[in-house]
Amino acid sequence: MTGTRPATAAGDVARDVAGDVAAYALRLGDDALVLAQRLAGWVSRAPELEEDVALANIALDLLGQARTLLTYAGSFHGLSEDDLAYFRDERDFVNLHLVELPNGDFAVTIARQLLFSAYQLLLHERLAGSADETLAGVAAKAVKEVAYHRDHAVRWALRLGDGTAESHARMRTGVERCWPYVGELFESDPLVRRLAAAGVAVDPAELCPQWTAFVGGVLAEATLAVPDLPARITGGRRGVHTEHLGYLLAELQHLRRSHPEAATW
Amino acid sequence: MVTAVGVEQMRAAVAAVPDPELPVLTIEDLGVLRGVELDGAGRVVVTITPTYSGCPAMAAIEADIVTALDRVGIRDVSVRKVLSPPWTTDWLSESGRRKLAELGVAPPTGVVPSTSTLVALSVRCPRCGSLRTRELSRFSSTACMALYRCEECLEPFDHFKVH
Repeated sequence: MTGTRPATAAGDVARDVAGDVAAYALRLGDDALVLAQRLAGWVSRAPELEEDVALANIALDLLGQARTLLTYAGSFHGLSEDDLAYFRDERDFVNLHLVELPNGDFAVTIARQLLFSAYQLLLHERLAGSADETLAGVAAKAVKEVAYHRDHAVRWALRLGDGTAESHARMRTGVERCWPYVGELFESDPLVRRLAAAGVAVDPAELCPQWTAFVGGVLAEATLAVPDLPARITGGRRGVHTEHLGYLLAELQHLRRSHPEAATW
Repeated sequence: MVTAVGVEQMRAAVAAVPDPELPVLTIEDLGVLRGVELDGAGRVVVTITPTYSGCPAMAAIEADIVTALDRVGIRDVSVRKVLSPPWTTDWLSESGRRKLAELGVAPPTGVVPSTSTLVALSVRCPRCGSLRTRELSRFSSTACMALYRCEECLEPFDHFKVH
């Protein structure tokens, strides 16, 4: 990799304890950026044309959220959204594992969409009341978009889960594939607790009961069981990732890194 | 420089900028244009807001605003993007709704509910007026559209979603 000039500076953002807000914005921004990149992988490959369009639209919403959040995170350190998206290495990304998981078949993607959008909606509904004006603005806008994403995922989860034996089996596999990573969604740490105490961030631990009730309700209606699997794999917020993120970043970053001196795109 | 052109004239020039994706509508019709003002230094500040977070038309709209003001002789322009308050289809003007219908796009039905609960109302076919329509896909050609079909005249059409 030829991460030249901004690579080190951009990496510092994740490690700078002084910039709590920047670090928090970076987490939410990385979640949105990585999932946008994943969903974009469905373009021209979805089971039907309408889903090509739907997943691309959802990816675009997430990319828009990511751009504002990365721009904000970078503003504390004199870095641009592009510096942060293209010139950080894997260990400096602080997204959740769930969003970096491979797309799998359509049912795996729908399972991931269901689990993540249900989480993201609860998060942004609360973050819309943040004492930080920019975070509140991003969240208030995202709530409307993510409500739609969740609705899309719920409809498909019901249709596949309560569909044929084949679609049911695939949807069950999809939920089971994603389940080990859901514990991380609600993991709290000193950074979010400090920011939550200041009224800036949402402590994700608080979202767990409502999320569990909502997802459990959807799965029951879709005739799917809540997986009896441990959900303890974590580390994304500390830059420790699954093997899949590196490949995703290679695809996302290689063009920009091949032309590091290009001024604008 | 600005004194030669009144604020009203500047506003009119900016308000007439068409939306790049739905050129039948202006950015004022859409509610994307939030303000045209002079700052203390006599610089023109135009405030716009995106329909959706990822709206890819924002850069084109910004460039078109600069061009529109240039045509009335104003060069010192700053385009400000804001997210709050979040854009809503409630801001679509009456003329905007009419133009959409004439274009064959069903305008948003009703106003935005106060919670994030999604409510589906009947959508009237912009071609034959029938309420016997069916949603084919929650997403369509742009982020703000859903794809519908009329069961009466059998034509597909876009519906500008309540947002």
